[in-house]
Amino acid sequence: MSIQQTDTPASSPIANDAGMSPLHKAIFLGLLAFLVVLPFMVYPVFAMKIMCFALFAAAFNLLLGFGGLLSFGHAAYFGGASYVAAHAAKVWGLTPELAVLSGAAAAAFLGLIIGSLSIRRQGIYFAMVTLAFAQMVYFVALQAEFTGGEDGIQSVPRGKLFGLISLEDNISLYFFVLALTFGGILFLYRVVHSPFGQVLKAIRENEPRAISLGYDVNRYKLIVFVLSATFAGLAGATKSQVFQLASLTDVHWAMSGEVVLMTLLGGMGTVFGPILGAAMIVTMQNYLATFGAWVTVIQGVIFVIGVLLFREGIIGVISRWLKRPL
Amino acid sequence: MFELLGISPQVLLGQLLLGLINGAFYAILSLGLAVIFGLLNIINFAHGALYMAGAFVAWILLHYLGIGYWPALILAPLIVGAFGIVLERTMMSRLYKLDHLYGLLLTFGLALIIQGLFRNYYGISGLPYQIPSQLSGGQNLGFMFLPNYRAWVVVASIVVCFGTWFMIEKTRLGAYLRAATENPALVSAFGINVPLLITLTYGFGVALAGFAGVLAAPIYSVNPNMGADLIIVVFAVVVIGGMGSILGAIITGYMLGIVEGLTRVFYPEGSAVVIFVIMAIVLLIKPEGLFGKEAR
Repeated sequence: MSIQQTDTPASSPIANDAGMSPLHKAIFLGLLAFLVVLPFMVYPVFAMKIMCFALFAAAFNLLLGFGGLLSFGHAAYFGGASYVAAHAAKVWGLTPELAVLSGAAAAAFLGLIIGSLSIRRQGIYFAMVTLAFAQMVYFVALQAEFTGGEDGIQSVPRGKLFGLISLEDNISLYFFVLALTFGGILFLYRVVHSPFGQVLKAIRENEPRAISLGYDVNRYKLIVFVLSATFAGLAGATKSQVFQLASLTDVHWAMSGEVVLMTLLGGMGTVFGPILGAAMIVTMQNYLATFGAWVTVIQGVIFVIGVLLFREGIIGVISRWLKRPL
Repeated sequence: MFELLGISPQVLLGQLLLGLINGAFYAILSLGLAVIFGLLNIINFAHGALYMAGAFVAWILLHYLGIGYWPALILAPLIVGAFGIVLERTMMSRLYKLDHLYGLLLTFGLALIIQGLFRNYYGISGLPYQIPSQLSGGQNLGFMFLPNYRAWVVVASIVVCFGTWFMIEKTRLGAYLRAATENPALVSAFGINVPLLITLTYGFGVALAGFAGVLAAPIYSVNPNMGADLIIVVFAVVVIGGMGSILGAIITGYMLGIVEGLTRVFYPEGSAVVIFVIMAIVLLIKPEGLFGKEAR
């Protein structure tokens, strides 16, 4: 069972695999231009937080929107990678790029183990299994030595990129984060618009048929799961470098819920939906931070409204109006 | 007295009792999830939040209206059940034609709202709830001390679980329910009001969660977060048991509570994750769950 996207244009086949559609190219270029000037307009750390979550949501969307698999435990890879990256930078003294990569590698490994177990069940069972494994990762993070329990790993050094360029300054760190997250999102875009991505969509739409056509469905599911976990991990590892902190918040189930919300709000199965959804949720949290638990209530209300009235998400609706996949 | 691997029987039996009590809550909650899932095909993520709401309703009844534990044991599940019926009629009923995952997302959102609201008004420190006077104190069994209230929790949960099983498997209403689970279209063709049956089933499943909440109130402090972590463990219990059978859900609940208690004796660090490890093993050996029937 999978989330059906019968009327979103995003599921329409894209004949030309060789390149990006001109519209998408224009949007990506506009977005890049905007992001280059953004740190001079808003607080760079805030902008970096949005970019990390945009990559996280895009990675999650690869699994849900294109693979049709609802994981309710993506915090495990996001938070797990942030712990590993923080540990690598602080204790092993690795340079930022290696710390981030080791975080992503750890998330890939975790995704391989959890993914190979979880794909044995489908539909809502899959969601419950991934949630339960993520909770197990949470308990490990709570009890293990190297994670620092309730305190987390604090004051992680930002270090020098390639051992040369200091990232202490927010602006230089910003462009490091921009390169990682934007590059990550472009890579995910490429995956979706590749023959592999087409097979994924075929499995999402009709799994028995994909099997009868000779595709090893479970292998595809596992690969997309690991890819999604890896890039979720890349996002989490990058976030730990930005905030110089890895904490239990990032592995908690509420984080798994947040990424679902971002993707749902922006539009699952769209290219730009998760980016917009992440920007909106992070901005909302930023402005409503003083209201405490009301943030949770508002997120819950957005969830309910989104599911009942607005299942296509914002970009999904715009995409339907324009009759173009976005 | 015997000693087992250097562990005194007092410790062992004490932890077994704790495990049995946790198991009682797992059993009632996973039973409610299984009943709801059978007919609605929805995994009720709000189950933990409604369990917490049950405990809070009991506390509110006592502190604002002076209504004690025993009436609350009936009233709180009714109130929570009625609330559940409103949710089902106004929201969930719109989603039955869609993918089941939307039901999960909707109830997740509802859980966030309910938890957030209670957290706003009552904080997260937890509120005490007195054990009713009839059940305070305990029995000295010679080898261990058995608090009366804990014994009551185990007995009450067994009675409720057995009662639910009896109602579903042995009564006419239960037969309708099982038939509607198999084939709703055919059952409604025989003149049975299936939407009403669905609504009542959801109300009943949720009322079970409210009942568990009242039972839990004197043991754990009444806390807005009490349901959130519990429900994830209950999900693992449901995956292990498989939702095919009512009795399976009950047995798996108690069994895993006891396993967790034993782990706390022999390897305390592992007690928080043992159920998830068992889930991994079950997924490897029998992916459909111990009592599961469906293909996958």
